[in-house]
Order: sequence, then C-alpha cells, then structure tokens
Amino acid sequence: MTANGWFQIGLYLVVIVLITKPMGVFMTRVFNREKTFLDPIFRPIEKLIYRLTGVDEKREMRWTEYAVAMLLFSGVSMAVLYVIERTQKWLPLNPQKFANVDPALAFGTAASFTTNTNWQAYSGESTMSYFTQMAGLAYHNFVSAAVGIVLAIVVIRGIARKETDKLGNFWVDTTRCLLWVLLPICVVGSLVFVSQGVVQNLKPYTTVQLIEPHTVQVTGTDSKTTTQTVTQQVIAQGPVASQEVIKEFGTNGGGFFGANSAHPFENPTPFSNFFQMVLIFAIPSGLTYTLGRMTGSQRHGWAVWAAMAFLFLVGVTTVYWAEAKGNPLLAGTDQHASASQSGGNMEGKEVRFGIANSTLFATATTDASCGAVNSQHDSFTPIGGMVPLINIMLGEVVFGGVGAGLYGIFVFVVLAVFIAGLMVGRTPEYLGKKIESYDVKMAMLAVLILTFTILTFSAVSVVKPYGTSSISNPGPHGLSQILYAYVSSTGNNGSALGGLNVNTMWYNTTTAVAQLLGRFFMIIPVLAIAGSLAKKKIVPASAGTFPVTGGLFSGLLVSTILIVGALTFFPALSLGPILEHLLMNAGKVF
Amino acid sequence: MDPVAQIGQIRKKSLADSAILSRAVVDSFRKLNPRTMVKNPVMFVVGVGAALTTIQLGWNVLHHAGGFSFGLQITLWLWFTVLFANFAEAMAEGRGKAQADTLRKSRAETEAHRLRTDGSVEVVASSKLRSGDIVVVSAGDFIPGDGEVIEGVASVDESAITGESAPVIRESGGDRSAVTGGTRVLSDEIKVRITSNPGETFLDRMIKLVEGASRQKTPNEIALNILLAGLTIIFLLAVVTLQPFAIYSGAPQSIFVLVSLLVCLIPTTIGGLLSAIGIAGMDRMIQRNVIAMSGRAVEASGDVDVLLLDKTGTITLGNRAATQFFPAPGVEEAYLADAAQLSSLADETPEGRSIVVLAKERYHLRGRDLSTHAATFIPFSAQTRMSGVDLDGRSIRKGALEAISRLTSNHGNGIPAELQVCVREISNAGGTPLLVAESGRVLGAIALTDIVKGGMKERFDHLRAMGIRTMMITGDNPLTAAAIARQAGVDDFLAEAKPEDKMALIKREQAKGKLVAMTGDGTNDAPALAQADVGVAMNTGTQAAKEAGNMVDLDSNPTKLIEIVEIGKQLLITRGALTTFSVANDVAKYFAIIPAMFAGAFPVLDVLNVMHLHTPESAILSAVIFNALIIIALIPLALRGVRYRPLGAAALLQRNLLIYGVGGIIAPFIGIKFIDVFLTYLRVV
Repeated sequence: MTANGWFQIGLYLVVIVLITKPMGVFMTRVFNREKTFLDPIFRPIEKLIYRLTGVDEKREMRWTEYAVAMLLFSGVSMAVLYVIERTQKWLPLNPQKFANVDPALAFGTAASFTTNTNWQAYSGESTMSYFTQMAGLAYHNFVSAAVGIVLAIVVIRGIARKETDKLGNFWVDTTRCLLWVLLPICVVGSLVFVSQGVVQNLKPYTTVQLIEPHTVQVTGTDSKTTTQTVTQQVIAQGPVASQEVIKEFGTNGGGFFGANSAHPFENPTPFSNFFQMVLIFAIPSGLTYTLGRMTGSQRHGWAVWAAMAFLFLVGVTTVYWAEAKGNPLLAGTDQHASASQSGGNMEGKEVRFGIANSTLFATATTDASCGAVNSQHDSFTPIGGMVPLINIMLGEVVFGGVGAGLYGIFVFVVLAVFIAGLMVGRTPEYLGKKIESYDVKMAMLAVLILTFTILTFSAVSVVKPYGTSSISNPGPHGLSQILYAYVSSTGNNGSALGGLNVNTMWYNTTTAVAQLLGRFFMIIPVLAIAGSLAKKKIVPASAGTFPVTGGLFSGLLVSTILIVGALTFFPALSLGPILEHLLMNAGKVF
Repeated sequence: MDPVAQIGQIRKKSLADSAILSRAVVDSFRKLNPRTMVKNPVMFVVGVGAALTTIQLGWNVLHHAGGFSFGLQITLWLWFTVLFANFAEAMAEGRGKAQADTLRKSRAETEAHRLRTDGSVEVVASSKLRSGDIVVVSAGDFIPGDGEVIEGVASVDESAITGESAPVIRESGGDRSAVTGGTRVLSDEIKVRITSNPGETFLDRMIKLVEGASRQKTPNEIALNILLAGLTIIFLLAVVTLQPFAIYSGAPQSIFVLVSLLVCLIPTTIGGLLSAIGIAGMDRMIQRNVIAMSGRAVEASGDVDVLLLDKTGTITLGNRAATQFFPAPGVEEAYLADAAQLSSLADETPEGRSIVVLAKERYHLRGRDLSTHAATFIPFSAQTRMSGVDLDGRSIRKGALEAISRLTSNHGNGIPAELQVCVREISNAGGTPLLVAESGRVLGAIALTDIVKGGMKERFDHLRAMGIRTMMITGDNPLTAAAIARQAGVDDFLAEAKPEDKMALIKREQAKGKLVAMTGDGTNDAPALAQADVGVAMNTGTQAAKEAGNMVDLDSNPTKLIEIVEIGKQLLITRGALTTFSVANDVAKYFAIIPAMFAGAFPVLDVLNVMHLHTPESAILSAVIFNALIIIALIPLALRGVRYRPLGAAALLQRNLLIYGVGGIIAPFIGIKFIDVFLTYLRVV
C-alpha cells in the first residue's frame, strides 16, 4: 500500500462527497417536476412524447399499477432485444457480418441487459453487431437504469407521502429520468471520453501487420498442440465512447469489448479510469441526498450515506491490503511497490492502473451493481476476491446500483428499524411511518428471494456435472467461481469471477432466471412496502421516536446489513474464499 | 381460606412458586402436541429437527453405526430446547391460571331473587339471568351478575375482583351505580338491573384474560413472528445448501451436525420466549390491578403520544384546600384566622374543613364547641352565595369576591384596593380567593388552592423525556388552569372543558397521527374513552364507561395511566431486546460450529476456532447446550421484563443496543467456552 494509492482512494471519496448534494438536489427537482435549467430543451420534447404516446402526465398510479407498467415495459423491451440479437445478420450496421446470436445466449443477454445486470457470456467485439450494441444493448443500458432510479424515487415518495395510494406515473418518471438525468451527462461524458482516446466510429475492424510477429502454441479441437506464427492483428472498434458513459453512469457494466474497462479503447487513461469510477457512484450517492431532501430529513439521508461510505471504506481497505500484500507463495520475488513496479499481486491487473486503482474499481463496481471491471477478479487473492463477492452478497447496498442500491438498503432499513425499534418501547417507526407486519413480511420476502436464488442455484451447480464441468480451478476456488456467478446474477451486478465457462445451456438459463428473480421479485415486494407506507399517517417525531439520524443509526444499519449478510453466507464463504486463503497460506493453491 | 386472601396471595407469589412450577413442567410436555407447536414456527422447526435426529439415532442403533453418545446427547438437548421454550410459556401462563381458578370460585352458581313484573320475587339460578332482568340483593348475598343499581344504596365487598378489602358504596343514579357479579353486598338492600348475559360477565371476561385463553397475537407480535419465520427460512436455506457445498468440498456432514447448526442459528431464544413475554405483559398489568381487555391495548399503551389527564383527582388532590390568610389593611392575621375558622366550623365541605385545619395549624386555634354560645349557622345558599355564622352579636360571612363586595357595599364599605390586588393574585396563581367579612366590614381573604399531588412534576418530566406529552383537562377558567398546569409541569391544558371538547381534542390529536390515552369514569366520558387509543375506565365508574374503555383499573386510580404506559413500553422493549440478543448470538455459534464441521477435512480451518473448543463434538454440543440453556436463563427476564428507564429514544436505544446487541455477541463466546470446558472435564464427549 502506498501513500499515492491512499491519496487516490481518498480523492475519490472526496469527489463523491462533493457531487452527492448537486446530484441529489437535481434529481429531487426533476422528479418533483420543479423547474430546472434543462427545461427549455427537454420540456417540449417531453410534451411531444406524451402527446404521441397518449400518456396523461397528470395521472398518478397506485403501486400495483406502477408495478404492472414497469413489468410490461421491461417485458416488451426484453423481447425486442431478443429479436434484435436473433436477427442481427439481416439488420444494418453489421460490418463484421456477425451471425445471429444463438437462442440460449440471446435469452441470457436479453435478461441480463433488461435487469441492469449486464452479465456477458460473450465478447462483444466478436458476437454483437454495431446495431445490436447501439439499438439493443445501449437502449437497455438507458432504460434499465431509468427503471431502477424511478423505483427508488417511488420508495422515497412512499416514505414521504401520507394517506395516499398514489405514487407517481411510471411513464412520466421514466421519461423525465431519461431526458433530464441520463441523457445530458451521457452526451457530455462521451465527449470527455473521446478526448481521452476512447474510440467512436462505425468502421469495420482494422487489420494491421505486427511489427514483431510472434509464435504461439495453439491447441486445436483434436487436442493436438501446434505452433503458429502470428503476423496480423485485428483491431476491434466501433461506437464505444457513446456506450461507455451509460455503462458506468447507469451502473450497467456491460462492456463494448469483452475486456471491459481493462481494454485501452474503453478506458485509456488514469483520468478516464477515475471519471468512470465517479460515474458509477454518482447517481447512487446522489439518491441518498434525494432521500433526505424528499422526506424532509436531510440528516437521515446523510446517515444512510455514512453507513454506505463506511462499508465502502472497509471493503476497499481490505481488497487493497490483500492485493498490495501480494502472493505469499512468491516469497522469493520482490513484490514491494517501488518507482519501477506496482508491487503486490499484479496478475490480471492493468499496469497502467496498478494495485490501488484496480482494487478501488473492483470495490466500487461491486458495491454498486455496476459490474464493469478494469481487472480480472478471478486473479485476485482469495481475500481480495472475497470482498467483491461479499459486496454483492450484502445486496449491493453500498451505494448500489442506480436506484437499486437505495431500494435495497431500504429493505435493510426496514428490518433494522423493526428489530431495534422495539427497543425504544414503541411500535417501530421509520420517519414517522409505523413499520407493521405487512411491511416486515414484504421486506423478508425480498431478502428471502435473493438468498433462495443464490444458494439454491449454487448448491445444485456444485454437485451436478453440468455445473462443475464449467469450473476452471478445482477446490475452494471453483466453489467461489460458482457462488460468484449466481451472486452476481441475482444481485444484478454482472461482473464475473472469470474462469467459469458460463456460455453453456445450464448457466445461460439459470443465470438469466437468477437475474430476473433478483430484479423483479425484489422490486415487487419493495414497491408493495412503498405503497403500504404511502397510505399511512405520519406520526410526528418526539423525544420518544426512534432516531434514524446520526452515528447510532448508521452503526445499527451497518450491523444489520453485515449480520444478515454474514449469517446467511458465512458457511458458503468458509468453504470458498476463506478456505482458499488458509490453504494458500499453507502452500496449497488451485 | 377466603377468596380475598387467596387472590392477595397469588398476586404476591414469586416466580419460583412450587405449585406454578410443577404445573408448568407438566404443561411443557403437554405443549409438545404438534398442533400447538405449529403456531410457533421457530420452535416447530426445532421440534422437526429433534424428531429427525431421533429417527437417525434409532437407525444408527439398528445398524450399529458409531457415534451413539454424541448423537444421543445432541438429540436430548434438542428436545430440551423445545421443552424449555414450552416451559417458558407455561410459566408465564401459570400465575394467570392460578388466578383464574380463584376467580372461578367466586363465579360459582348463586341464587338470585328476580323481580317478576307484578312485583313478586322468584328465586332462580344466577346462570338463568338475562340482560334486563331486575334482581333484589340483600345484605350478605352475592350479586348474581353484572348490572346497575336502580334503587337503593349498599356497601359492597368487591375484594374478589379488586383485591381491596375495604367495602365500597354503590348507589342508584350517578357514577357509582355499576356492580359486578361475584361481589357481595355487606349492608342494606339494592335493586339491580342485570346488564350482561351468562358467560359474558366481567368476571367471565377477566377469567379468560388472566388465563390467556382469549389471548390473540398483537400486531407487533404478528410482525415479529413474520420476521422470525423469515429468518428461520433463511437459515434453513443456508443449512440445507451447506450440505451440497460440503459434499463438493469432500466433507459431507451428518444429520446431527446439520440439525445442530440449524437450531443454533434460527432465533430460538426469542422464538421460545415470545409468547411468554406477551403473557407476562398482561400479567404485569393484572398485578397492578389493571385489567386490559386485549393484548393490543397493552401494546398500544407503549405507543401513546399524548396523555389526557383530568386535573381533579389525577394531577391534584380531589379538593382544594386553604393555604394562606391575607388580612385586609389594619386587621391582624390571627383575628382573620379566628373569624374564618368560626365561619367554617359548621361547614362540612372539604374546603370548609381545610380552613379550620389551617387556622389550627397556624394559630393553634382549636375547633370550639359552639353549642354553649348562641350561634346560628348560615348555610351556603344560591341567593346570597355566602355562608357563615352569627354568634355573640358578630355576624361573620365568607364568600366569593362579588358576594362579599355586595354585602360590604350594603354597609357603605368598600373592598380595600390592596385586598383587591391580593385577590387577583390568588386567582392568577390558580387559587380560589374566599373573602371573610364581619358585620359588613371585610377582614381579609383566604386562598384556596389546588394541591398538586406529590411527585407529579417528576413523573411528567419522565414522560416528557420519553416523548409523551401530557395534557391537563379541567373545567377551570384558562387563568386558573394555566397556573396549575405550570405548577404541575404538564405540557398543555384544556380549560373550561366540556365532555364533547375532550372528544374533539382526541380526534384532533389522532388526526395528527398521535395515539391518545385517557382515563374516565362517568357515563359522559364513555364516547371519549371509546375514541381514545388507550381508554382506562375506573372500576368505580359506570357500566357504560367500563364497556367503552379498553382497560379497567380496579383501584380506580387515574394516576396509574402513567404506569400503564410504562408497562406497555417495557413489553415492547423486552421483545426487541431479546430479538436483538437472539440474532447477535449467532455470530459466536458460527465460530463454534463451522470450524468443528470442517476442521476434520481441512485442518487449516481450525484458525476459525477462536474459542479453542476442545473437540469438534464438544464444540457442537456446547453450542447446542448454550442455545437451550439460554432460554431457561432468560425466562426471568422475559417474565419480569427489561427494566424500563424513562430516557429519550436515542439514549434508550444506545443503552439497549450495547447490552443486548453487543452483549449478545459476546455472551455466547463466554458461555460456549465455559460449557466446553465443563463437558471436557466431565468427559462426556
């Protein structure tokens, strides 16, 4: 660990603090339909959209209507993406003449982009046409992010409003989110990325002659190894910059290229790397401020933020420590950081990012349900790789996905308030709303669905040949790989612990099912709580009211998240990364 | 032994009373019935787990498999866990059941003298009485059913219900007309109109309540049960899927180990004690002589935001008392005191008596026997609005300012300006000024003031710290009301209140989302009692009031509302504290069981064995034993309730989180280690 590394991590957190309020205030204004400086541009477009689609922008919906609208919208969008993938051969903008995507992969990818997971069982540059990338995948990057954000807004409205069953209009909220929140920053951000060297074109791939041809060992389908001399390289390119901003800003994470943000065309410079990480936390962090502002308790918003920031710091410190320490089995090698090397465990990391920026990126991308990666999590040390895994297991509530993080932590807030709230001698209250059996039932349902999906699929995969055959490393690391796949899918993260071959019938289908369960069966109970809270009266605060501000509450929230998460997954973790770490220290690796 | 003494005995019985104890032991086996168990999902899962290990144990014996001692011990302790939880519930019910038995004796069949329409009397069994029947009850008879006195006055022994042996007066009309079946008339004869049908009487309801027969889960309890059931399912998933992970890792586990892990993880501590806590909460109310008509009411009392308290009798002593003499200029205070005392000697009102007492205390003026003098007492009349005495040529009168100034102006005298100021000051301070005049000349003023009960200010301070607003309701004018409110330290007051104002006030507060508690006894209180979230009716009150409220205070002490709120809070805190404790316990259990499960296959995992437990078997057994014993250890806490402190929510939360959260993490580390050492010493594993 170096001072420079810590400085960059510190700088990152400072920038996040600084953008939280402006983002939060702006989003509050957008969703409260107050005046913003963008109105002259977008208000006419918005009105036109409503006129064309026949949406009555004054009409608000009950939670059930809202849920139906959201499900319909997602369902249709998912079907459209599936059709695009299956027909890309006949569609325009396919200079590489890619074939149609096969059904299992097309279904998996459609589910994955609809659920904001962006789990990729393929490499974009060798599978998807420009049309599929732009009209299919990028479209979902926008709308799935917008859906997440508006759901968080609905939850906040549920807390803030009283004695009503109306929570807003799904179409209006989504439209405003796309126009006001997502589009402007994506346009500006794309130009910033272009300035850093991210490519943006629609050209066919360029083939270049290598200056230094080199030989490689190739294992053919007949398992015979032959030596080949490589003299040419195909340089993949395309409309990358325009996809890059929403990949992070919408916590999608689906890279244009298979190498994701480790690819120099996606993430060329230290600045572009920093900008990407800031984009990941921008909306989730801002939403905590929106929560405080819309509910009239700004201190509560900051208390939630503080709980998230604490868990983030613990995570990043642990990964940074584990990776900077290096591999104990390479004891004879110099693994110290110096002017000439990053030191530590550099396997699977880009030299231009080094340890600090790779571990910071890994923590941020798994805290938020982004899933973009600039290093190979599979190559992290066991403990370093366990932190991203735990981040997702905890429900991605450390800032979390756009919107998803806020409504995810809301479930934990409900549980924390309910368990500890009784200890002040009153029926538990959250910002004046009584937490009653219906709310507890829905919160438990949300937690249960995540746990059920992760554990059941993983358990089947580790004992069945169609599950274990995809593992690249046996032993505890193989267990980690499978766990990570389902944790990442269910948590709608999309990052992978590499290694595992997931482009199989079993994994394509089950991860897609896990993604759909993890997204929609989480959202529905959360919406139900929002609907139930909105109907309640607000009990005025008094000295006897459970405090949801200050360090005590943040601490309680952190403990609840850790205890619920840790207690659920500790047995599995102990046989995966913990065991792997201990065995590594004992000299055994997989 | 007569029932009165018995009730008193039961109320005082300690937790460890042998009769209750032995009954609870029997009941804990009776509660093993699966149909009873299924109502408690957490303990039901433990029961199923214990059944599974029992079957496995039997199979092992038949097939001569090894590890019999370990399997047997695990199985036994799992059954103990279930029994301990049943025992906790049985203990909580025990006292109520004993009380119900005594009450049932009072309900025993009695004869009733029913009036026929023609006026003749027939003798029928009390169980034949219907609502609307009229019965005659004479001295020595038991009152055959709940009803209202419609004729006569009698002293009644209500000790069977209230535990209070001093007889009370019941009379027709007014607010003291309600009588309860099972109580006994001591003197005189009354006619009672029966108001309840058999099986629905107050006594019947009380028996059901103390027995817990009609106990329904309260809203918070339901919510908590859902949480516990949810946690149980999560841990069930974690344990069931652990086996495939273990098989993958090459270290499959036995059913004993898996069930042990499951039982240790699911929240058995709170699951086993939850219903005991609820029953004990009701029981604590009963110990304070408050009958709560539902557990919901007990729970709601913890949530109360506003207390409406009647001034008279609740905040102040029932009557005003003379506290000071203010002589007019040129009059000796002693002379004023003497005149005031003389004028009040025949005044039997409490105010009058307090004047006599004050004069005696201040100037050692003894009450004199005036029969030797030619004394004529002038009683208070609505016309003159004065009372007094004529003796030895002196004509002494006392009355309000207007009445006395009329009197003196008739004599051509006025009220001195100094005295007028003084009178105004008394009023402003919440007192009532009485003026004394002799032969048309004013002597001075007496201040009658409300006496705020001792300790009320502190109690209101406590309530304020708890976030509860107190509101005084009084018929006084706003000026007087403000002064008393200030003196007593209440937050707010409603002056010149009429019954309908009280109702409007409750509705207004409730519209703001607040929960309101009040006490009442009169028929005109009934609508407000029904509207309030917690309405405590006084037992001396009318039948209508008792029907409307959701609690009845048998001692008829309106101040008890404050204790009721505390009991409600204590109930909720106890539930929250034990839930937190139960969940926090799991951390240590993981550190005991997980290394024990896998250290055989992967010795490196022994670093997780932070407690350095002796062997895997003793580690698992220690965790299971700790898990079972902690239920027994916490029964007293569940029954007594977590000690309640009047603190603000933040302070209370911090304190309880520290004790039950942090304590809950640490305690099992110590406990499991201790049991492990002990088991190793005994060489049982």
